[in-house]
Amino acid sequence: MDKPYAITLTVGSSLANHTGSWRVEHPEYIHRMPPCNQACPAGENVQNWLYIAEDGSYEHAWRELIKENPFPAIMGRVCYHPCQTACNRTFLDEAVGINSVERFLGDHALEKGWKIDPPDHETGLAVLVIGSGPAGLSAAYHLRRMGHQVVIRDATHAPGGMMRYGIPKYRLPREVLDAEINRIKDMGIIFQLNTRVDDVHDALDEGFDAVFMAIGAQLSKRAYIPAGESARILDAIQVLHHFEDGQTPMLGRKVVVYGGGNTAMDVARTAKRLGAEEAIIVYRRTRDKSPANDQDIEEALEEGVLIKWLSTVKYMGEDDMMIEKMELDEKGFPQPTGEFETLEADSLILALGQEVDFSLLGNNVDLDVKSGVMDVDANMMTTHPGIFAGGDMVDGDRTVTTSIGHGKKAAKYIDAWLRQTKIEPKVEKTAVAFEDLNTWYYTDAPPAVRERLAASRRVYDFSEVVQGLDESTALYEARRCMSCGNCFECDNCFGVCPDNAIKKLGPGLGFEINLDYCKGCGMCVSECPASAIEMVSDL
Amino acid sequence: MSTSAVKFYQVGSFAVGNRLLRDDERSVQSDPDRTNALTSGHRACQGCGEALGARYALDAAMRATGDQIIAVNATGCLEVFSTPYPESSWRIAWLHSLFGNAPAVATGVAAALKAKGDTITRVVAQGGDGATVDIGLGALSGMFERNDDVLYICYDNEAYMNTGVQRSGATPPAARTATTQAVGAHPGNVFGQGKYLPKIAMAHDIPYVATATIADLRDLEAKVERAMTIRGSRYLHILVPCPLGWGSASCDTIKIARLATQSGLFPVFEAINGEFVASSKIRKRVPVEEYLKLQTRYSHLFSPQRNDEVIDHLQRIADKNIERYQLMGE
Repeated sequence: MDKPYAITLTVGSSLANHTGSWRVEHPEYIHRMPPCNQACPAGENVQNWLYIAEDGSYEHAWRELIKENPFPAIMGRVCYHPCQTACNRTFLDEAVGINSVERFLGDHALEKGWKIDPPDHETGLAVLVIGSGPAGLSAAYHLRRMGHQVVIRDATHAPGGMMRYGIPKYRLPREVLDAEINRIKDMGIIFQLNTRVDDVHDALDEGFDAVFMAIGAQLSKRAYIPAGESARILDAIQVLHHFEDGQTPMLGRKVVVYGGGNTAMDVARTAKRLGAEEAIIVYRRTRDKSPANDQDIEEALEEGVLIKWLSTVKYMGEDDMMIEKMELDEKGFPQPTGEFETLEADSLILALGQEVDFSLLGNNVDLDVKSGVMDVDANMMTTHPGIFAGGDMVDGDRTVTTSIGHGKKAAKYIDAWLRQTKIEPKVEKTAVAFEDLNTWYYTDAPPAVRERLAASRRVYDFSEVVQGLDESTALYEARRCMSCGNCFECDNCFGVCPDNAIKKLGPGLGFEINLDYCKGCGMCVSECPASAIEMVSDL
Repeated sequence: MSTSAVKFYQVGSFAVGNRLLRDDERSVQSDPDRTNALTSGHRACQGCGEALGARYALDAAMRATGDQIIAVNATGCLEVFSTPYPESSWRIAWLHSLFGNAPAVATGVAAALKAKGDTITRVVAQGGDGATVDIGLGALSGMFERNDDVLYICYDNEAYMNTGVQRSGATPPAARTATTQAVGAHPGNVFGQGKYLPKIAMAHDIPYVATATIADLRDLEAKVERAMTIRGSRYLHILVPCPLGWGSASCDTIKIARLATQSGLFPVFEAINGEFVASSKIRKRVPVEEYLKLQTRYSHLFSPQRNDEVIDHLQRIADKNIERYQLMGE
């Protein structure tokens, strides 16, 4: 080739110079554990369904959500959202309203009538689920998805367990509960209601290949309370249960509830709605030691429920009672002070916690009970092979979401047991911390607040207290997600590379590092808002 | 119900891109088919701010002109690392002559285009702070005075980096360079009168003067685009941190540029016809110390003992900038 004067080399592009050879480390795209996912007792992939919802693909987002939890509309009302407590956005402004977006997706799905696909194959194996509460329903749903035949037996005449007989309507409207249960029923799950199981062993003899027990904790704990002859002492679970069955309990004008948990709040608020002039909660410890959810306490107070913190019931008479003031000792335990107070009271409702009714275990001694709950191994199996248990009857938080998580986990292990395979235990991952994120890139965005009925209007009926978000607000809320630990295609890595060594693969496909040119400067890692890239040594 | 406009996106406009934005709302750099005026294989150091700044600016200029653009480059890092014979990283018509004459060459190119009757092709001249603030200042001032139709971009890394980090007129006070060592009673560069080129440019009353950094891509692209809508002399001064000369980690280049703006040490603003018109507001104000301590060129301010007197002096410079360029507030 003829070259110009004084030119001896053929000129060309610097692409011939592979600067990747300078490098001692290179970036890699990773998926890290977002704190919301880690905190979810039902194991939802929260970050993922929020990401999908962000562009308005609600059906896709809903289908991803129900892979883990079939009840988003219920969750969006009764879940105490540990995901939001864990949310990293808390450190920026306020947590993402995950629960309200979940409710929006759940309600939207019911509105649109989206169905759950039946399983694509039948395994021919049958599982009996005892109890139609959240744990039982969740296990049934997951087992049915895997192709197993599922029968649910429940002693009551309507499914839902504590979601129906424990949580009042103003927190969970029954049409929502029924609709979400019916949707999983339509997958071919057989419900046998009004059917009490007297001995779990009989079920295995009937031909079921496995059994999942989830009968909850239905027996109210008792406390000895000196009482007059005509004193009216009721138990909270029975009051709520009877009321749900249409029997309005006789509570009188002045109702006292003993206990400081969520059931105490629920029954006091129910009493208010039934016309009680006064509903007073007596609890022996302080507000911050109370096991009740803070929002429930707040709503109860708004509705005029009075709470006597640091008090115990000493005596219950016909129309009055005596309480004693307590004080906390150095260890934080309540101790009596000897100071008494008399309250007018027509009835006393005990809400002191619940115990498991073990009568269904029968006379066979092969099923172990430990500290008042069913003893299960890491696979949710009892000491009897093939009999599993979950929900409130085993150790754990007694919430709807935890039970749903138990049901899902049990279904996974029941399936493995039926197929005689083993599941490798998951490696616990550390969740992404706020400090791992590059929060410069997130705009300030105050959370969207769900409206609540005015307290004065609430006490007249059982209308739902907390309202949902409309579409635009739910979309806004979903878009507040910072996508911790997972790429959300902000193009930062692609833009900030001084060597054009990152290739953008297109929507949904992410990016690729061109190692021929990557010099390993690490700028893409520093400027990634979500901490979804890390440097890996080449040495 | 509390609502905000639905058009809220996770990262607002701070990140390079956003999958939820319409194509016409996206940055030039987020385009998978962007022109990459400066392509891979160049020999800039790891984490080079100047390589990034040049690609940001020229890609934006290419989009604004439909790729009808000629670049004239002064001597300096950018020229050296992009064109070691016989390779070139440029994917744009590109000329290099001498250290001090880039504005004059650009004037010539613009005159030649005019003589040919070409009103489409535009001219960009570019150089580092050495070529701009010191060596080419006379030629640049002449170009401004004649109001030649050139956009001049200065990539300011605050010293002569290519030849081994010697002090330039743009080197900040107290900074250590090869020629202002951290020794003696007043270590590092002197607290002189300063030589702030954006203000010198404004003194010529040219149509457009602006500053930018590689930490705010959207702002930088908008300013280039705006400059290309204007005829006559325009000046854009871009802060491009230098990991080698500043003694910072290669992964921190953008972070340091961001801290320069958030501390007030580097004001980001625009001026039209010599008049200040607007500045980018500080989002998260930080003390200058946050910026200084990531760079070994300032390490003598912190060890063996802390030099509060000098740190306070630098803070006062930042405070003065915040006041002068209205960097706080909405």
